[in-house]
This record gives sequence, C-alpha cells and structure tokens, in this order.
Amino acid sequence: MIGAEQGIKDVWFLSLQGLGHMISTLCAKGYTVVAPVVRDGVITFSEIVSVDEIASGVRDEMGPGKYRLIDDPLSRPFNYVVGQDSPKRFFFPPKLELVAMHVEGKRFVLDRTAPKPPKLAILGIRPCDLAAIHVQDRVFGYNDEGVSHRCEADTYYNQARKQSLLIAVNCTQPSATCFCDSMGTGPRAKEGFDLSMTELGGGFILRAGSDDGRAIVNELPVRDPSPSEIELSQLKIDQACERMGRHIDTDGLKELLDDQIDHPSWDEVAKRCMACSNCTMVCPTCFCSTVTDSNDLATNVASRTRHWESCFTHQFSYTTAGSVRSSLRARYRHWMRHKLGTWWDQFGSSGCVGCGRCITWCPVGIDITEQAAILRDHPDASNNGGKRQTERGLTV
Amino acid sequence: MSGITIPVQTDKPKLAVYKFSSCDGCQLTLLNLEDELLDIANAVEIAFFLEARRRVLPPPYDIGLIEGSISTPEEEERVHQVRRECKYLIAIGACATSGGIQSLRNWADVKEYASLVYPSPEYLKTLETSTPVAAHVFVDFELRGCPISGDQLLEVITALLAGRKPNIPSYSVCIECKRRGLPCVLVSKGEPCLGPITQAGCGALCPSCSRACYGCFGPMDQPNINALGGKLTGELGQTNRDMKRMLRTYNGYLEPFKQASDEYERLEKQEKK
Repeated sequence: MIGAEQGIKDVWFLSLQGLGHMISTLCAKGYTVVAPVVRDGVITFSEIVSVDEIASGVRDEMGPGKYRLIDDPLSRPFNYVVGQDSPKRFFFPPKLELVAMHVEGKRFVLDRTAPKPPKLAILGIRPCDLAAIHVQDRVFGYNDEGVSHRCEADTYYNQARKQSLLIAVNCTQPSATCFCDSMGTGPRAKEGFDLSMTELGGGFILRAGSDDGRAIVNELPVRDPSPSEIELSQLKIDQACERMGRHIDTDGLKELLDDQIDHPSWDEVAKRCMACSNCTMVCPTCFCSTVTDSNDLATNVASRTRHWESCFTHQFSYTTAGSVRSSLRARYRHWMRHKLGTWWDQFGSSGCVGCGRCITWCPVGIDITEQAAILRDHPDASNNGGKRQTERGLTV
Repeated sequence: MSGITIPVQTDKPKLAVYKFSSCDGCQLTLLNLEDELLDIANAVEIAFFLEARRRVLPPPYDIGLIEGSISTPEEEERVHQVRRECKYLIAIGACATSGGIQSLRNWADVKEYASLVYPSPEYLKTLETSTPVAAHVFVDFELRGCPISGDQLLEVITALLAGRKPNIPSYSVCIECKRRGLPCVLVSKGEPCLGPITQAGCGALCPSCSRACYGCFGPMDQPNINALGGKLTGELGQTNRDMKRMLRTYNGYLEPFKQASDEYERLEKQEKK
C-alpha cells in the first residue's frame, strides 16, 4: 500500500515550516501564488506573498444555505474544506475583454486583444476542485500533450492552464454538504496535479505528479516520510470517505433523469428556486457566459467583453420567439439534467464533482442530492413512457 | 445683443433632463460622472438641464431623461408636455420607475400625512398617489436604482447615440456579487439580503461593504419573492412587518414587490388578530 500510487520516490515529508519555503520558492520562480485566505468570514482564493496569509486556525461549518467560519484550536492551515469561490475564476475570468477596435477610414484598427494571463501557482486546491479543472479542460478545449477535445480551444484558458501549477490538498475533514466520494473525485487527488499534499500534525505528505512539481520539491527542505506517516495520511483520507455529509447514487443517473422529466418534484423545486443563479456562479464547472458589445463615447472604440452568465436567468435563453425556458421548473431541471446527465453526451464526463457548493450557497438551500434521491426513490410511473414533453406541451 | 455668442451646434443630438418629485440624486449621478461628463457634453447638446446650466434651448429634444415620480396635479399635466418634447424618453431612478419612497403614501391617508408634516397643509396641492412616469406616458427605457448607476446611465446614452441596444441586465444582484467574488452576506452571515430577488445594475454595492442588499434596484425579471420570504421569515427571524417594510422601502409600488408587500401586510394583520 505504501507508495503504491505514485511510486515511493515521488513521496516526501514537508514540515509545517517548509510550507513557507514552498511559497517563497514559487514566488522566486516567477509564479503568482494563489491560496485560500479568510475574507469577511469566508474562505476565498486570493493572491498571497507570505505563508502567514493562508487561512489557518479556522474551521468551516456548512449546511444547505448556510456557511459559518469558526475558530479552530488547532491552528493549522487547510483544516477547512471549500469556500464560496473555486479556482474557476483564475482560468475562466468572470469578466474578460476579448477585443477592442475602432474604424479608421474603411477598415477596422485593433486597439486591444484579451490580456495575457498571469503564471499562477494555485495552492490548496481540493480534489473536487482539481477534478473540476479537468472537467473545464474539456469544455474550453485545453490541449495538453496531444489530448484533443471536442471543443474549440479558448485562448485565455489554454494559456492560463498551460503555465499554471496546481497544488492539491487532500481532504481529511469533509463538510456536511460534501459528496465527492459519490462522484469519484475525492477526497484523494488521484491525478492531474503538479503537487499534492496531505496534512498531518506537524507537516505534510507531499507527492509530485509532474516534472514541474518535482522541480519545486527539489528546492524544498523535504525528507523521506516514515512508513507510519504515510499510513496515517492514507488512514485520514479513508476516514474522510466515511464522513461524507451527502451522497448521490450515480448508477444509471442519466437514464433516471431522462425518464423522470415530468416528475412532480420539479414543480416543488420550482417553488423554492429563485433563479438567483448563485448555484451556477459558485459551481466550479459551470461555464456559461454572455458576450456583450460596447462602445466608448469619447474614443469611439468598440469592445467585446465576456461575462459569466447563468442558465437560470430568464434572458439567457431569450430568442426572437421569447425565452426558451420561461419557467423556474424548466430552468432548474435543465441545469440539474445537464450537470448529472447530458454533460456525459456533451463532454464525456459528469458535470458535477461533488463539492457541495450549490447546496451551501443556495440562499434557500436547495439540495441537488436530495432531488436526485427523490427521483430515484419515488419515481413517477406515469412518465409518458420516457418521452419528453416541452414547455409548450410538444412531445419530442 | 453684444459680446460673445456661443454658437449652437444643431447637428448634435439634444439632451434634456427633467425633474419631478425626487431628491435630485439621479440627476447628480449624471453630474458625478466626472471623467465622462465632458465626453457626454461633446457628444450631445445639453439643451435643457436646469440643475446644471442656466441656458435653455427650445424643444424638441432627442433624448429626455426624466427623474422623479408623478405626485402633484401640476406634474400630472407637465409629464405629457415632456413626452411631446422628447424623441426618446428615459425614466431614471426608483421614483420615476416605481413611484419611489414617496409612494408609501399610496397605502396611507395623504391628508393625515400632510397634517403631521406641514403647519399649513391647506396650501398643498398633491395627488393621492405617487406613481411612476410609465403610469402616465409611454416611456422608451427605464433605469432602476436609488440612485441610478452612473455606468448604466452612460451605457444607455452611449448605446442610444450608437443606435444599439443598451446592455442593461434584468437578472439578480447575486450574479454581479458572485462575479466580483464577494462573500455572500445571506449565507455566511445570515443577513436579510434582498439580492436574490433584486435586479442587478449597482455592481453589488452594498454586499461589497458587507451589507445586505435592500432592493433599491427593484424586482429582477421573474423574482420568487415567496421563496426568499420563507427563508427570511423562517431561519433568519424576520417578521412579516419586516418583509413588508423591506419590499416597500424603495420600489414598493412596483409589481411584483407591491403584490408581495400587500401579502405580508395581510399576514401582519392576521398575526395581530
């Protein structure tokens, strides 16, 4: 069992003080270091320059529609799970100017193109968020080492992803809204990281997943871990599996969602859903955006900007014939079916990584795992033989 | 006439700014656009803007910005004149788009109010209700907010001059809040935030100061007020009276805030019985 995952030579022990070395090494190598910090009582990813800025001595308590950060007598870093924000915004910015130009005579003159992304080292990525990055890799056509995806490559995303370093922290303290275990994304980061860390009492078990990761380790004061340290780290993660706050049975879930398209529970959810779009904003895989054109009064420069948008807004699916999904029922159902079902058709994976953010940050605490369980446990027999009925009563 | 006369460029579109029952805050938003004000003055002829300049050019005007609600018999007549003078009429601010704070009178006895406030209320000529501009004349566009957002005003003027549709969203404040990465005050602090039912446009100003949204931009497109009310009156300990007051403060006379506030008033009365 020891060292079986990555090979023993890729495993080290880094002391708690060594974390400071890691930050300074990353800074020296020209990375902009991003790590979880406390901001207004919430764990948030933010740029740091010193280890002291990393959130420590706090623990998070979560439930549907509720988040509280409380003092933790163990003043360790990473003794919390995920906050409101995921690393999504660093690769897929909430607002990005794509191009700006003006007309001179009879031709367009380019003023600005999309900005160059910084070279980031994101520290403290939870396994669910790491999995989410790989889900978005498919969405934004990240093409690394010849792996080609179906989507067209997004320039900013690709640049940001290629030059960034991902440092995962395995979870030993899942929250009440976590279900990464069900989605097969955590609590252990299996692949796709440059470095991964598992927190023990006085330090971390460090693993490298790439040459870039190994290059960082070479400059750190690491030592070989003792067999008992490795065993303890495995044990802590195994125990985390047993303490997952929530669960989704994914077996045949896509077919279940297709089959239960007219289930009465969608109406019950619609009574609670406000279409405020918080779930999609905090979701680490949601990728919807809108592109708006604008012009400057003084210079006549026209610019095109991309913003995060959401399938929950009425105007998002607006066409000349009106909104395609005009009811809250249709919008929630569309989102959940995409996340857990049709994402497979589109991108070949699940769109949900089990981070639980949509449950925690929904102001009224709508629970995707609860809705999935209702559909499974109380299926509607009169489901029109699995045929889909649209809003306007058309069967397709 | 002697001295220097400033030539009037007639080829520029003419802008007019009108004031009705209001606090002037929305007109000030235009004046407070310090970096862009000269650009605006360059792009349009400021033809009628009593708060900013004495010179008045005769109508017709291309763009009319109208601030304030209709709350007196004189205003009721004048608003029709304003409509006739302007090609495009844009109502700006909560007063002009919903009736404003002064529409609280719509649920009360105006005479009783007046006798409490004024020593000689007999000189007062006022309507029983305070109503939005669109309740009287056709309005081409509405900008919400108390006060309006300077950026949105600039966007509407710029779009109108360029002949394109203004980018004014109708979704919730939460989207702007989350784009900025601001911690949710409702979920993380239990504050009674109206963000999930309020229209965006302010850039999540209050949440950026760790304060709950109080809905000054009015209802978003299809808000589910009942769902938020359930959370606020349940877990977060707000009363029906609190809900009524929150909904009525700035845009109370605008549907569906009006209907929901009436319902909370009914529940409040039911409690008392």
